[in-house]
Amino acid sequence: MSETYVSKEKLPGIVEQLMGTHRVFGPILKGQYHQFALLEESADLDLAFRNTRLSPKALFHPHSERMFEFTLEKGNPDAGILKEVPKDYRSRIVLGIRPCDAYAFKLDDRNFITDQFKDPWWVQRRESTTLVGLACNDPCSTCFCTSAGSGPFDTSSLDVLLVDLGEGYLLQAVTHKGEQLMGDLAGGESVPEHCTEQAAALKQSAEAQLGIQFNLDPVKQKSMVELFDAPFWEDVQFSCINCGTCTFLCPTCWCFDIQDEVYQSRGERIRIWDSCMFPLFTLHGAGHNPRDQKLKRVRQRFMHKLKYYPDKYADGIACVGCGRCVQHCPVNIDIRQVARLMAESCVCPV
Amino acid sequence: MRAYTEKIREAAKRLLSEDRVDVVIGFRKGTVALMNEPFLVKSLDQVDRLYWDGNCGINLANYLPKRPDRVAIVAKGCDSRNIVVHLLENQIKREQLYILGAPCHGMIDRRRILAALDGKEPLQVEEANGTIKLIGRDFEETLERSSCLQDNCAICIHRNPVVYDELLGDLVAEQENVDRYSDVRRVEAMSSEQRWQYFDDLIAPCIRCYACRNACPLCYCPTCFVDESRPQWVGKSIDRTDTRTFHFLRAYHVAGRCTDCGACERACPVGIKVRRFTKKLEKDIKELYGYEVGLSTDERPPLDTYRPGDPEPFFK
Ligand code: SF4
Ligand code: SF4
Ligand code: SF4
Ligand code: SF4
Repeated sequence: MSETYVSKEKLPGIVEQLMGTHRVFGPILKGQYHQFALLEESADLDLAFRNTRLSPKALFHPHSERMFEFTLEKGNPDAGILKEVPKDYRSRIVLGIRPCDAYAFKLDDRNFITDQFKDPWWVQRRESTTLVGLACNDPCSTCFCTSAGSGPFDTSSLDVLLVDLGEGYLLQAVTHKGEQLMGDLAGGESVPEHCTEQAAALKQSAEAQLGIQFNLDPVKQKSMVELFDAPFWEDVQFSCINCGTCTFLCPTCWCFDIQDEVYQSRGERIRIWDSCMFPLFTLHGAGHNPRDQKLKRVRQRFMHKLKYYPDKYADGIACVGCGRCVQHCPVNIDIRQVARLMAESCVCPV
Repeated sequence: MRAYTEKIREAAKRLLSEDRVDVVIGFRKGTVALMNEPFLVKSLDQVDRLYWDGNCGINLANYLPKRPDRVAIVAKGCDSRNIVVHLLENQIKREQLYILGAPCHGMIDRRRILAALDGKEPLQVEEANGTIKLIGRDFEETLERSSCLQDNCAICIHRNPVVYDELLGDLVAEQENVDRYSDVRRVEAMSSEQRWQYFDDLIAPCIRCYACRNACPLCYCPTCFVDESRPQWVGKSIDRTDTRTFHFLRAYHVAGRCTDCGACERACPVGIKVRRFTKKLEKDIKELYGYEVGLSTDERPPLDTYRPGDPEPFFK
């Protein structure tokens, strides 16, 4: 696949070119933290960010999404008929997404694109988006992508990879879509000597810095029931306050609730982020709640990510190691620690 | 404040081995810099994991409601005042508690430090002589501790615990001549349109995760009004009206009960200054009833009692 080099002073021009043909989303510092948002000006793009506070999942799966509209007007022949709310599927680029966050979309695809059901909004947004990732030269201490099936230079879910080489960026096309995007760009230079080697060295040092922080092989071998009943959940759950922070910030937490909101004779069907940390998440209509205790909810989150999902799909864990939950859990519950506990509690045959 | 660590361990050992309590609630050292984790000690072999430093801002009183057992708990000034509120509201009994009072020097605001470091990541933190030394992979920086406190701690006037069974250290001098309400007055001085805008901007980033509510020791209702589903009271999306309703109602539910411990702000993942709501009500309660919450178990909060002479200038 092709490679191009863009010096840093030329980047704004390149971004403007892209903005001429696409809607470009990128990390923007808004208030106290970065978030992915539509670029109004190329200068808003801040590629010197660590990562965004919220994951970019909202670009594909918004917190509150209007799915359908309806009227309940008496006599109106359309009364009670759901009409899809039009959405913007013009082509767009997500520029500067971290490789782990892009990899998360692949995991989310499992939920939104199945043999049986295809979520039309997810699918169309995925199709209309080109992912231009930014490699992590200097991962945070809370990152553990290399232990979660991804990595700081993981291209598995990107169309183009950008590598920051100090004076400029190396652009590497990964997919056909990426190749096309790069082919249309004017202003790229041929790759100066040693740049490819420099990028490879950066990759190696970033990976070394991350290391492997836990090994979940024993968890694969263990029975689900044994893990489910493990005594350590009691200790893990104590400090949890069952806020939704970990799940709302997580790029791979896809759960949602669907509600109808009606005002006078008009209504909307909306889809809203939900969280397995909330008691209401599992409250049955009849009043029974199968996850009526904090322990059960905490266990669910970790078992889903580290046991149920891997067992069901045999394709790694449902976590990409972005570290958001580690950084922002208000009581410092650390999924890496829980992963180790799950692996360690294995009783080895003597 | 690290010195408390040894005292806490010693007390925990003693209380557990003498069978004075069943469990001890304190902190264990966090897995990331500037964080510690609330920790429940059930047996002697766990005692040495108890830990204390300036990153114990979480309000431990949050873990008390409806506990059936005998609990020793480490309590800063604010935690102890929330314990008083729990006692008044029958969430726990005084006989169940053994309070290890922690005279407090103010707790560190992790986000403020991370913002000051502008992307550099501290891996190791040392507190000494009124400074905080932050050590990262390729930097070392020392900050004045007083400039790194949580907003609420900077204006705290009750750093000493108000109820305790033993103290972990000498009482500290309380801060004097503190202007607790300069920010509230700024908002009060606005026109109603400006104020509307101000609060709308304040809560614009809210993602309705409820970390603020769940971190709060006062929010122990079995079903919060936002979780009521039969019928549902409040919409769940990030529609402005619903988000406003959540914030306004929550603020009123804690009026006259909020100790300004700052747990809500500390927990909010998007950094919303949630106390902008609660402090106005704290000020009103003080002005209307001369009441400061959590200082005594003898006086009930003004909004759950009635006296014929109660002021009512808000009835128009
Ligand atoms: S962020 Fe932490 S406290 Fe909140 S629900 Fe998740 S694990 Fe529990
Ligand atoms: S579980 Fe935590 S580390 Fe893993 S993807 Fe979600 S937020 Fe990131
Ligand atoms: S509010 Fe007061 S007592 Fe509580 S942590 Fe801050 S300084 Fe300490
Ligand atoms: S913690 Fe912050 S984001 Fe979450 S509900 Fe409260 S104010 Fe909103």
